[in-house]
Amino acid sequence: MTVPGQSAEPPLLALRDVTLAFGARIIQQALSFDVRRGSIFAVMGGSGCGKSTVLKSMIGLLRPRAGAILVEREDYWAAAESRRTDIGRRFGVLFQSGALWSSLTVGENVALPMQMFTGMEDAAIRRLVRLKLALVGMEHALDQYPSELSGGMRKRAGLARALALDPDVLFFDEPSAGLDPITSARLDDLIVNLRDGLGATIVIVSHELPSLFAIADDGVFLDGQTKTAIAHGSPAEMRDHCTDPQVEAFMRRERLGALAGQAGR
Amino acid sequence: MCRLSRDRLVRALAGAFCGRAASLVVQGGRSHIDGRSGTIDATTPIAPTWRLDQTGGLVLRLSGDWIAQSGEIPAFPPADLPAAAGNAAAGSLALDIAGVGRWDSGLIAFLWDVKHAAASSGLVLDTDRLPPAARTLLGLLPDTPAEPPAPPRPRFNPFARLGAFSLNAIAELGVVSLLLSAASRGAIRALAGRARMRPVDLLGNIRDAGPSALAIVSVVNFLVGAILAFVGAVQLRKFAADIYVADLVGLALVREMAAVMTAIIMAGRTGGAYAARIATMQGNEEIDALTVVGIPVADYIVLPAILALAFTMPLLYLYGCLVGIFGGFVVAIAMLTITPAGFMNETIWAVGLDQFIFGFVKSIAFAILIGVTSCRIGLKAGRSAADVGTAATHAVVTGIVGVIALDAIFAVIANMIDL
Repeated sequence: MTVPGQSAEPPLLALRDVTLAFGARIIQQALSFDVRRGSIFAVMGGSGCGKSTVLKSMIGLLRPRAGAILVEREDYWAAAESRRTDIGRRFGVLFQSGALWSSLTVGENVALPMQMFTGMEDAAIRRLVRLKLALVGMEHALDQYPSELSGGMRKRAGLARALALDPDVLFFDEPSAGLDPITSARLDDLIVNLRDGLGATIVIVSHELPSLFAIADDGVFLDGQTKTAIAHGSPAEMRDHCTDPQVEAFMRRERLGALAGQAGR
Repeated sequence: MCRLSRDRLVRALAGAFCGRAASLVVQGGRSHIDGRSGTIDATTPIAPTWRLDQTGGLVLRLSGDWIAQSGEIPAFPPADLPAAAGNAAAGSLALDIAGVGRWDSGLIAFLWDVKHAAASSGLVLDTDRLPPAARTLLGLLPDTPAEPPAPPRPRFNPFARLGAFSLNAIAELGVVSLLLSAASRGAIRALAGRARMRPVDLLGNIRDAGPSALAIVSVVNFLVGAILAFVGAVQLRKFAADIYVADLVGLALVREMAAVMTAIIMAGRTGGAYAARIATMQGNEEIDALTVVGIPVADYIVLPAILALAFTMPLLYLYGCLVGIFGGFVVAIAMLTITPAGFMNETIWAVGLDQFIFGFVKSIAFAILIGVTSCRIGLKAGRSAADVGTAATHAVVTGIVGVIALDAIFAVIANMIDL
């Protein structure tokens, strides 16, 4: 298990004693972890433990109540808003159901960030749009509207849009939710290829075990009851070495009660 | 496409000549660009260049920084390859990016062009010398670009348009009638106490359509009454017929303006809201869920909407009449030599109960029209965010036009029965 703040190279992203809350309701507190450059980092935990909220605070949608989120040692939330936008441009986010802009075609969805934030000519943008769509196998849907696509296709188109600006960090919110195992496995391959190919760091919020074991090489386990991280490390490490009953039950897909029964015997 | 790539080459060349030292290497009658950066500086990007090397096997050598957002990624002209393929004995094209500094998806975009060109001229692409990362990404890309099917271009044919419009209008009339009859059957069931409508929905709709609309109905009708009095006062003063301002304001409001203005307000306020809400439910598959559970949409959504409007609009109409007459009263007293009691008397004498009944019935008809059309438009909407906006706009426009058209029909009927 890695202990936060002790590796030689500075982490790309780091959370330091972060507390997240909606009004009086605390979601997570005293949360610290590092995301190494080039890793595929999994934020794990049961449903409703605050995984997606942690993601929201990392991509700039929710200001933490306390603590700091460091992007290459720079405090993201202490920075001015314009600076935050600049940092955020290095992030690509794949939302749970794609979150494509429904009034634009798939191609326009991918092109929009490039039109807004780069000085590229239309022909160059068109070329890159086709490339990004081809990378996710969606080139044929260039002129289709999101409402004409299936859930899996929307997700892949959303990934192409997340890739639009060649992000340094890619965030995935439940990438395999609602996908069949084959499509899900293909998406896993794609994530690994993108990490290897584009050198992007990847943060995945998920509770899909097969996909987590297959691709994640680091991670953190959030607990909904104690409201903080209870384990750090890759999913495989957690499965093999972690002794926390919550984590064990999660990783081995067992019921907590059954585990307690075994311990009692 | 081809001309575009030539343009780009020329521009790349020009850029190379302006900023950096460049050399044009001519080998065996073919021209190759070989750009080298004059100054070696890690921060300023070096222009991306490529060279087709035909000594030995066919090798494409790349150098420079291949960053997509620099906008300098050249196109690969596939026209050059077939001839080169003829020359090359091996029949394969090797890629060598050893000279490349920084790269991102811009490099992959270029290599993809090369892959297309190689595939179309029958060359085997040798990617062994690529770094594994670039090789995997290139492997994900298809050999031939998939041309997305061109959307069919609609041809403008006025007769076809007119025909489609008419058929659509007739079909819509049928659908709206069916919806209305389903809602009426729901209402009958409701009277028998077996409705699939929850009282709480009806009350919520009534609250939204009634008390919340009081303020705007007051303002608009007060001003309409005041304006009528102004217009009338100026003209009637010329004939010393000041007192007839009361007739004018009272009759105009009770017969026409209060009902129409209230209906237009409700079409914009409540009709638009119904359409947007139902269209959003459609987008969330909530309507499908209702159908699957077996709750008729006509009972659960359409009926409370229509009932709420049919209940509140006549009341708002009566209220609007009072406020409007008061507006006229204020202006008349201020501008003309009329006593308050005289204005009251004249109004009561001029506006009979039959006029009120006429306006009352009209406002119920308007309410049903607005309720059923806005619900229908919401149910018909597509499933995207833009569709919700379209549905709301559509509902408001249809509501307003419909109200005025229906009012014209009422005017003809009233003329026929001498009201």
